[in-house]
Amino acid sequence: MTGSAAATDVAADVRAGRRRAVDVLEGHLAGIEAREPDIHAFNLVLAESARAEAEAIDARVAGGEDPGPLAGVPVVLKDNICTRGVPTTCGSRILEGWRPPYDATVVTRLRVAGAVLLGKTNCDEFAMGSSTENSAFGPTRNPHDPTRVPGGSSGGSAAAVAAGFAPAGLGSDTGGSIRQPASLCGVVGVKPTYGRVSRYGLVAYASSLDQIGPLATTVADAALVLDVIGGHDPADSTSIPDPPAEPLSSVLGRGVEGLRVGVVHELTWDANPDVVARVVAASAALESAGAKVEEVAVPAASYALSAYYLIAPAEASSNLARYDGVRYGLRVDGPDVDAMFSATRTAGFGAEVKRRIMLGTYALSAGYYDAYYGQAQRVRTLLIRDFEAAFDRFDVLLSPTSPTTAFPLGAKADDPLAMYLMDVATIPANMAGIPAMSVPYGRGDDGLPVGVQILAPALGEAAMFRVAAVLEASR
Amino acid sequence: MPPTIAGMAERLTRHDVLKVARLAHLHVTEEEVDRFTGQLSAVLEHAADLAALDLGDVPPTSRPVPLVNVLRDDVVRPGLERDEVLAAAPAAEDGRFRVPPILGEGL
Repeated sequence: MTGSAAATDVAADVRAGRRRAVDVLEGHLAGIEAREPDIHAFNLVLAESARAEAEAIDARVAGGEDPGPLAGVPVVLKDNICTRGVPTTCGSRILEGWRPPYDATVVTRLRVAGAVLLGKTNCDEFAMGSSTENSAFGPTRNPHDPTRVPGGSSGGSAAAVAAGFAPAGLGSDTGGSIRQPASLCGVVGVKPTYGRVSRYGLVAYASSLDQIGPLATTVADAALVLDVIGGHDPADSTSIPDPPAEPLSSVLGRGVEGLRVGVVHELTWDANPDVVARVVAASAALESAGAKVEEVAVPAASYALSAYYLIAPAEASSNLARYDGVRYGLRVDGPDVDAMFSATRTAGFGAEVKRRIMLGTYALSAGYYDAYYGQAQRVRTLLIRDFEAAFDRFDVLLSPTSPTTAFPLGAKADDPLAMYLMDVATIPANMAGIPAMSVPYGRGDDGLPVGVQILAPALGEAAMFRVAAVLEASR
Repeated sequence: MPPTIAGMAERLTRHDVLKVARLAHLHVTEEEVDRFTGQLSAVLEHAADLAALDLGDVPPTSRPVPLVNVLRDDVVRPGLERDEVLAAAPAAEDGRFRVPPILGEGL
C-alpha cells in the first residue's frame, strides 16, 4: 500500500552499496511511527537492536563483505517465534514478559542472511483465531480499512507488510493462519510443505499441522525469504532431510505453459460470488498463459474443517499443558501446586484458548476418543488419498483462500463456529501436509483485497510459485 | 460399540464441560459453563457430519509425512544456559524451579 520497496530490491541495493541498511531501516521506522497507532501490527518494535544490526550490515558492506541474500531487509516476526532475550508473548498474558533463552532456527537463518529484525507482530493468542482479535494485547486492524480485521492468526505480520512497515515477515500456519490474513490484507502468504521449514523455536499449537512461512508484497520476495528459512534442521525431528535444492527464486520466470491446473470444486463454489469471480478470472489468466484448467473433485475436503477442529484442539490441549506456572511466564500462587496450576491457567489464558483446550480434552477423553479423534484421523487419511488422486491429474490446484473479504471487527467475536468457517478452504493443505499459498488477485465488491489460493503436492513449491508469478504478472 | 458422534453431540452437558475444565486445570464460572456448553456443542454438532462416513477400514493418520526415529551420535553438546532459563521462571532456588507444596504441609 505504501512506501516499502521490495525485499529483493533492498537487498540488491544494500549488497551493491547503493543504499545503506540504516537508511532503509529509518524509512520503515518513520512509516511505523506514522501509522502504527492506527494499525497495532506490533507487540514490540525493536528499533534499537534493529539500528545496531543495520549498522553492522553497512559496516560489512563497507569492508567488502557480502552480508547475504536479505542484506539490510527489515523483517517482522510473528510473536510466537522465539527470539533470544527478546519478549515472545504468543499474544497471551500467560507468556507476557517471557524472554526465550534461544532463537528459533528461522530467526538464526534470517540473521545469517543479513536480515534486520524489526519487531514482533501481534497474533491471535497461541495462533488460535482467524481475525487477530483473540490477542490479549488488543486487535490488529486492516491497513485497507481500519474498521476491518486483518485476518489471523498472523494478522500482525500481514498488516505490517500491507502497511509497508516491512517488506516481509514470518507467520505460522496451522489451518490458514498465514494465507487467510495474507488474502484479507492483499499480500502474498505461503504455507510451505510440512517439514520444509524448521519448527524449532516456534511455540507449538498443533504440532502435526504447524508450519512457518513468509508473507511479502511480491511473489519473488516470498520465494527469497522461503529460500532463506527452508531446509533441513537437526533440531526439528519432523524436518524433511532432503528438500529440493533448487532455489524457488530461480523458477519464477518459467511460466505455466502446459501446466495442468485443477479448480477444487468443494473449496470454491460456496465462497462469496465476488470472491469466486476472482478465482474464475485467475483460471482464465492461467489458460491464456498456456495452462490447462479444469475442475476437480476432492470429496474429503468437505470434511476437513470438522476433522481439523477435533485434531487441532486435541493437539493443543496436550501442547498447552506446559503452561503451568513452573518454568516460564505467569504464575498465580495457590496453597499447593495443583491450585497454582489452575489459578495460573485460568488467569493466563483467554476464552478461545480455553475453548480449544476443553474441546481437545473432550475429544481425547475416555469413551469419546475413537468417535471424535479417531474418526478425524481417518478423515485425514481420506483427504491425503483424495489429494494424491487429484495430483495424479493436475500439477497444482486452485481455490479461493478465504470465502469472504475482510470482515468488520467484532462481527464474529461471539460465534466461534462462524469464525472457524473462515478457514474452510485453507485447512485441507495443513491436514494433508501439502504446500499452499495465497496471491492477491483483485478486489471484491466492497473494494477489499481478494486472494487466490494455489495448492501443490508435497515439496511441489516450484510449480506453485510459477503459477503465482504468472497470476501476479496478469493482475 | 463405540458411541456415534451425533449421539455425543446431543449429549454434551454442563457436567461434561465442568469435567473437562477440571481435567485441563481451568476454573470456569457458572456463566462460562453455560457459554462454553453452547459454543462447544455447536462445534461438535458441526463435526457430526463425520459420523455419516463409514471409515472402518481406513487407517488413521497422525502426521502428514512419514517419520523415522532420528538418532544422533551420543556426544555431549552444550544445552541452554541454566541461569538464563531459571531467570525466566516465576520462582527459582538453588539452581532449580521452585513450586508450592506438592504433597501437603510439613514435607
